[in-house]
Amino acid sequence: MIWDAFFAPFADFGFMRRALLGCIAVSVGATPIGVFLMLRRMSLTGDAMAHAVLPGAAIGYLVSGLSLGAMTIGGLIAGMVVALASGFVARATILREDASLAAFYIISLALGVLIVSTRGSNVDLMHILFGTVLALDDAALILLCSFASLSVIVLSFFFRPLVLECVDPQFLKSVSKLSAATHFTFLALVVMNLVAGFHALGTLMAVGIMILPAAAARFWSDVTGGLIISAALIAIMSSLIGLLLSFHYSLPSGPAIILVAGIVYGLSILLGPAGGIMAQTLSRQNH
Amino acid sequence: MGHNHTGDGMTAVLAFQNLTLGYDRLPAVHHLQAEISKGSLTAVVGPNGAGKSTLLKCVTGALQPLDGRIEINGFCKDDISYLPQQSEIDRSFPISVIDLVAMGLWREIGAFSRLGRSNRARVDAAISAVGLTGFERRPIGSLSGGQAQRALFARLLLQDAKLVLLDEPFTAIDAKTMADLVNVIKRWHSEGRTVLAVLHDVSTVRAHFPQTLMLARELVAHGPTRQVLTAENQFRARQMCEACASTPHVCGRNVA
Repeated sequence: MIWDAFFAPFADFGFMRRALLGCIAVSVGATPIGVFLMLRRMSLTGDAMAHAVLPGAAIGYLVSGLSLGAMTIGGLIAGMVVALASGFVARATILREDASLAAFYIISLALGVLIVSTRGSNVDLMHILFGTVLALDDAALILLCSFASLSVIVLSFFFRPLVLECVDPQFLKSVSKLSAATHFTFLALVVMNLVAGFHALGTLMAVGIMILPAAAARFWSDVTGGLIISAALIAIMSSLIGLLLSFHYSLPSGPAIILVAGIVYGLSILLGPAGGIMAQTLSRQNH
Repeated sequence: MGHNHTGDGMTAVLAFQNLTLGYDRLPAVHHLQAEISKGSLTAVVGPNGAGKSTLLKCVTGALQPLDGRIEINGFCKDDISYLPQQSEIDRSFPISVIDLVAMGLWREIGAFSRLGRSNRARVDAAISAVGLTGFERRPIGSLSGGQAQRALFARLLLQDAKLVLLDEPFTAIDAKTMADLVNVIKRWHSEGRTVLAVLHDVSTVRAHFPQTLMLARELVAHGPTRQVLTAENQFRARQMCEACASTPHVCGRNVA
């Protein structure tokens, strides 16, 4: 019974094992980035960047069909162009970064939908928007795992400047020239993980596995390291349960995984020991 | 122009040469001519909008002069530490006191090296010097305003700068904390560091700061505190600032 529900799908079907591995890679790579997005109050930036990736992927598709490499490179370029352009406008003009990012990503999204719908079928659009976690081939898996590893390595290298850029950017500017480099490296990591995520979960859902576990982790830990670890664990757990639900009840897997993460988020709000509703109520009663 | 003091024979670490500062070409400080001597402990005073913070920002290099220049003698920009008035610190970020304070060693350990045992001892010493021993592992968000200011002073201690710039360091903190932090400033003074602090409270300046530079968009007076902080000078400073506020461009003189 337990075997049938939890283990048999992965034991019997290769595509389920591949899906799980892909999701774990995305979880490990994307959630630390999500934690920093949340701590920097840039959660919505993640969402905007996810949309910005679309036209690049669409142009890649236009050039060479549903090709992993072309769509990846296209997505990376589009994401970086939007990140750099909005960062440049924010630094060089009076427009704030949120407004300039919103402007660029919405242009980018419109362009992406236009390209896909003029040249592709609805199936292709669905593929890009919702991902194909149950059909990951070797190349896609290698890509997801490499991106996740690269992301973790770069992040650990830039950890100290990144934390300082979050806590006290003015101080970082005064002691180091790394401030701008840190910001753009971070944006590059966001884009990279979103591109990896969209192969598995699609452009719309990729940001979910980045942001939702991070938001849920906020209720379980008070320290940066704890946040990252709990966010990654929540993401992996949500992927596992989401994949099983999608297998047993024939649900689309991307939304299933994100919805499970959403349920964990809801439970965390209620039960989380670090500022959850129950913890706050209890501590009020004790005073 | 009210320029009754030119250092006390020691070498000047900072020389403001006909310095005009401002934002968007609107000058906030006009034609400032003054020298800050090495090892001096100077309070920068003046009415609101007198250009005190602007002056400190310019010394850090964050702001370029509209005209004139600042000469820095004997050390480079890296030897300057600066505590801004409204620090952009995100107090909700989950970082502990010790991690924040240890960032004062950035110039030595940089972005990538380990802290090491001897440096760890220096961090502990700095935390103890500002009276925060026992708070090392607390997240910064749990500190009171005074405790947070103590932590920032500990970070300044570790920066080991030759010139320390403080912008209103005692705003909204209690008397005990202020007394402790004044002791830290006096320690810097006794170690031969040059300290320049923007201050509001005249009695604090009288009690602890030997030198005073009074600004009201231009120099009112500079020299020993007793000679500068006179009722006459303070009245003149207020009048000059009010006159400037109505016509920020002109202020009696032409600005290039």
